[in-house]
Amino acid sequence: MSESPAEKSTWRTKVGLAEMLKGGVIMDVVTAEQAAIAEEAGAVAVMALERVPSDIRKQGGVARMTDPKLIKEIMAISSIPVMAKCRIGHFVEAQILESLGVDFVDESEVLTPADEENHVNKHTFNIPFVCGCRDLGEALRRIGEGAAMIRTKGEAGTGNVVEAVRHMRTLMREIRRIQSMREDELMVAAKEHRAPYNLILEVHRTGRLPVPNFSAGGIATPADAALMMQLGAEAVFVGSGIFKSSDPKRFAHAIVNAVAHYKDPACLAEYSTGLGDAMASLDVRKLDDNDRMADRGW
Amino acid sequence: MNTTQKTIGVLALQGDFEAHKRVFEGLGWKTEEVRTKRDLDSVDALVIPGGESTTLGKLLARIGLDTEITQRANEGMPLFGTCAGMIMLAKRIQDRPEQPSLQLMDITVARNAFGRQVESFETDIPFRLGGDSETIVHGVFIRAPYVVETGKGVEILSLFHDKIVAVRQGNRLAIAFHPELTNDSRVHAYFAKMVESGSITGDCSPLP
Repeated sequence: MSESPAEKSTWRTKVGLAEMLKGGVIMDVVTAEQAAIAEEAGAVAVMALERVPSDIRKQGGVARMTDPKLIKEIMAISSIPVMAKCRIGHFVEAQILESLGVDFVDESEVLTPADEENHVNKHTFNIPFVCGCRDLGEALRRIGEGAAMIRTKGEAGTGNVVEAVRHMRTLMREIRRIQSMREDELMVAAKEHRAPYNLILEVHRTGRLPVPNFSAGGIATPADAALMMQLGAEAVFVGSGIFKSSDPKRFAHAIVNAVAHYKDPACLAEYSTGLGDAMASLDVRKLDDNDRMADRGW
Repeated sequence: MNTTQKTIGVLALQGDFEAHKRVFEGLGWKTEEVRTKRDLDSVDALVIPGGESTTLGKLLARIGLDTEITQRANEGMPLFGTCAGMIMLAKRIQDRPEQPSLQLMDITVARNAFGRQVESFETDIPFRLGGDSETIVHGVFIRAPYVVETGKGVEILSLFHDKIVAVRQGNRLAIAFHPELTNDSRVHAYFAKMVESGSITGDCSPLP
């Protein structure tokens, strides 16, 4: 039998992993025990962190990449993909995460940015990256830099879905607008969105982002998760919403079910029943500008 | 091209089910997303897509769809699984005997058998698409499983570096990679042909 050489870390294998996570819930975990609970509940992946976003808010200071010791413990216990966060622009943290063999790196506004002008050049890495966005231009700039998955940012650690909704609605509206434009209007559209022209053309042609489009930031209940799915998210990240609730196992289980059956209100009613208290929440309008994580990213 | 009135169902609880739908629709087939027993009743075949096998197994069991699929399979409904779908069809999962699966093919699979995501790869591989001759197809392997053991009546369709990456048992087809992520629809056409003929070929008696 003739055999061709295997080509690793291609764009298709990177976007392919994101494709496999569709319809799933990616859960923030801060210990190996939480990772086991997440997998048992049916999470498609876990995000290994030292602190969930709501604790990062409370404690303040510079939030950095997680200690590799904890990431390794979580990788050892998990059979599902393990993700970890690096600071915006901190390509050395990304190199370290790659050397640990994590399955996805989140270049995340939840951590304190390391570079206020540039993001990581994600094309140079063998592992795939996910990045946050608030609108189409930001999404396409990140994809231009090599992100294999996009998530709308929302406002992490608030337990308030309002910003996630705003960002997803903005993104989907802008995609529909680009799709409906004449081709001779697209260069100016690229200028207005500050987005690569070739990616604007692709959105015009396909009516969707070139990579999977997930939602994050403020999802606290099964209904929140299903809302984001009905608005166009292809999967959801839940951060503080699970392990800061009164009953993490039940919340995790219920949110996984809600994302799988997001179009069925009778199922969603069942998953929402008798859950206990959702995480403590914040009014996003009362946050100081410095505390708004979604504004980080350029 | 589909000359029958049959519908191919794609399990849509989690994973890359839309990619499978697109390929079958491109081949002229009617497809249906399957999330409930009622959805399953309206389809003539079922595709289990790539995704996370732990998630799929739990979601199937939570709504009792696992027993429904098993019953339909034993009545002759053709099944096609890719990657996580292959794991779901396997009778045995190496080192993880507690992980739920449908146990509909007499194979043992190893999960993430090629390694973590940094080891994910694509390559051209030989594939027996009917008859004894081999065709080259493009395989996209993502944290992929492979088959470590096959039982009686399991036909090996593809090997990569001596690892079994595609098998057929009667009208059940399991593939470790993702033909749905390429522009090549021949593997899907191969399954569609199994659906079209509707005949139960080979050793397809219900497993003990």
